[in-house]
Amino acid sequence: MELDTLFLSRLQFALTIGFHFLFPPLSIGLAWLIVIMEWRGWKRGDEDYVRAGKFFGKILGLTFVVGVATGIVMEFQFGTNWAEYSKFVGDIFGAPLAAEGVFSFFLESTFLGLYLFGRNRVSKGVHWFSALMVAVGATLSAFWIIVANSWQQTPAGFEIRNGRAELTSFAEAVFNASTWPRFFHTFDACLIAGAFLVAGVSAYLILKHNATEIARKSLKLSLIFGLVVSLLALFPTGDWHAKQVARTQPEKFAAMEGLIVGQTRAPLTVFGIPSEEPPRLNLKIGVPGVLSLMAFGDMDAHVPGIEDLRGEGHPTPPFVLTFVSFHTMVGLGTLFIVLTVFGAFLLYRRKLFETRWYLKLLLWAIPLPLIACEVGWIVAEVGRQPWVVYRVLKTQDAYSANITRGEVLFSIIMFGLIYLVLGVLYLYTLARIVKRGPETLPAKEVH
Amino acid sequence: MDLNTVWFLLIWVLLIGYAILDGFDLGVGVLHLFARSDRERRIHVSAIGPFWDGNEVWLLTGGGALFAAFPVVYATVFSSFYLAIMLLLFALIFRAVSLEFRGQVDSPGWRRVWDWAFGLGSLIPALLFGVAIGNILRGIPIEADGTANVPFLSLLNPYALLIGVLSLVMFTMHGAVFLTVKTEGHLQQRMARWASGAWTVFIFLNLVAFVATFFVSPFLFEGALGNPLFWIFLVLLSAAAVNVPIAIRSGKFLGSFLASSIAIASTMGLASVCLFPRMVPSSIDLANSLTVYNASSTPRTLTVMLVIALIGMPIVIVYSAYIYRVFAGKVVITEDSY
Repeated sequence: MELDTLFLSRLQFALTIGFHFLFPPLSIGLAWLIVIMEWRGWKRGDEDYVRAGKFFGKILGLTFVVGVATGIVMEFQFGTNWAEYSKFVGDIFGAPLAAEGVFSFFLESTFLGLYLFGRNRVSKGVHWFSALMVAVGATLSAFWIIVANSWQQTPAGFEIRNGRAELTSFAEAVFNASTWPRFFHTFDACLIAGAFLVAGVSAYLILKHNATEIARKSLKLSLIFGLVVSLLALFPTGDWHAKQVARTQPEKFAAMEGLIVGQTRAPLTVFGIPSEEPPRLNLKIGVPGVLSLMAFGDMDAHVPGIEDLRGEGHPTPPFVLTFVSFHTMVGLGTLFIVLTVFGAFLLYRRKLFETRWYLKLLLWAIPLPLIACEVGWIVAEVGRQPWVVYRVLKTQDAYSANITRGEVLFSIIMFGLIYLVLGVLYLYTLARIVKRGPETLPAKEVH
Repeated sequence: MDLNTVWFLLIWVLLIGYAILDGFDLGVGVLHLFARSDRERRIHVSAIGPFWDGNEVWLLTGGGALFAAFPVVYATVFSSFYLAIMLLLFALIFRAVSLEFRGQVDSPGWRRVWDWAFGLGSLIPALLFGVAIGNILRGIPIEADGTANVPFLSLLNPYALLIGVLSLVMFTMHGAVFLTVKTEGHLQQRMARWASGAWTVFIFLNLVAFVATFFVSPFLFEGALGNPLFWIFLVLLSAAAVNVPIAIRSGKFLGSFLASSIAIASTMGLASVCLFPRMVPSSIDLANSLTVYNASSTPRTLTVMLVIALIGMPIVIVYSAYIYRVFAGKVVITEDSY
């Protein structure tokens, strides 16, 4: 692999999107949990929920800001590093990004200001509404970004004219084959990330005997919420998304499932050690027929493998990375279900708050949904290679040819350093907020 | 008016919206470097606390709209200005997080670090904003095939730097005027003096920039002088500029803020009228310039985008205005403050 502008631009995009994508899932998940907390605080007059909302609101504020700071980079980077891509797809790809700004990001940022700073300035109802608008805005943001990215996965509503992709139907482009399954699956993953953050932080507070009543309520809430959304990640959203990939992106499907040679009654791989070029899956253990059933609802359906697709002239994505990322995600998703089911069982047996090892486990589980998000995104993006727009434009034809290798090398090093500092500071600040714990007295104006 | 012209207008409306709104908090950031006490600095950040996030979205939306409506401009300008854009991004990253991190640790040294990050993170974008517009007014070397190679150092030419300093001074003035609205007593008086001082420099530099533009890019005035909008913006700019110091002196700070906003809008309005129908002139041959016609998306996309803007922007303006009303009045430091 050569350190040319193309490779460095890809590396920079991977680095910046990978770092950015740690924060929006947390913001989205947290925002919805805060909506529930604030609702209970307002409607039930329960001061514990108000303080929980305030406390997690601080974490939301911090997370949101880092998300914004790293998100601006993404919006500019298509132009700076992927100028040929931008020219080729601008007629279609720019609109969802602009719509994200107009319909979602304004909503989210404007009402976040009101939510964080306006508690004593507006009525409780309006204040709750501001939390709701933050959550709605963040979710709509995710929707439009997923729309843009889904168009890259399963492009629709366009024609190649004048050397570029020109829009023929906005509705078809927006609601392309993968938009809905990908949106719901990703949105659900965000909710899992939020639930595990709230659960882990609450578990920590209980372990430290800090603001225990508040922490118990938020743990209970986030655990039940976490159980529901962990199940939804598997079914229906995960299943739906997998079926869609099988139908619309067979190369990605074959790579992530580790199917080298196509067959009827294709097995679902439970274990296997992948290797690249030629793609092979060694020591594999599979359950016959299940993959065919999962993908097409029929045990006898034929699922094409990597070699068949190559034979038909379709390039396939890097096998090992796609396969390993996908199975890491599936493994983590299974773990989330096990963890939350067990927690719900403890709750039912009224032992949750005393089972210290489980509370510790929840604390350490905080980053796991984020890892699942990251590897899931890797499956989506690496699994689409070598295409930047599936079967329309190759990644190697999409980068800015007018920037130099040195320029990208410089920016990549700077992003690396800045994001390292940002990551450390985020964790440090998060730890401080958590250690300080929720307030125990209502806020007053200090003159 | 055709769709392409409408979108030219809308892109500039977004840019002007950004300059007026984020302009004041960039200005506050610049003034932050000159604050005299920690309490003053806390007032600064609290004054813009509830707003700056929303203000920055104007830039993001402007970027998205430019991508959607004029993808060739977006791609060419952003890749040509590669290092400058990166510098802008680094500054904006630090600026965004500095406000959040600043209050987290109760140590003067810690706060100083983030005060500098906030100050420089505001100063650099305020300067680069003008440098970018300066380079566009001057033209960039776009070849006949539409490609452009622009070395970073060539962006720092005297003319672009002049426009850069003009925008820095303009935002500083705007930020100072904003702070006179949000503060009381000594700090307010000092901000009034800053505003008046920056105003003097702003007027002077605006005149210099005008003359310099005649020499650097005479083609900009060819069509513009016959355009009534040019004269309307010029009259507006003069009227607003005169009113900034008058309103400050008579204590009508909100009026002064309005005047300062109009001065910014009309300065940028003049630039846009001079450019039209070009978006980015080519310094090699004007025939290679990117225009609202050769750099745009298809009419279908422009129509879709117009619908999005017409539905979305009025709603944005309504709730933004509401938030500004909720937080109207002088800054009060509370436990919720930064």
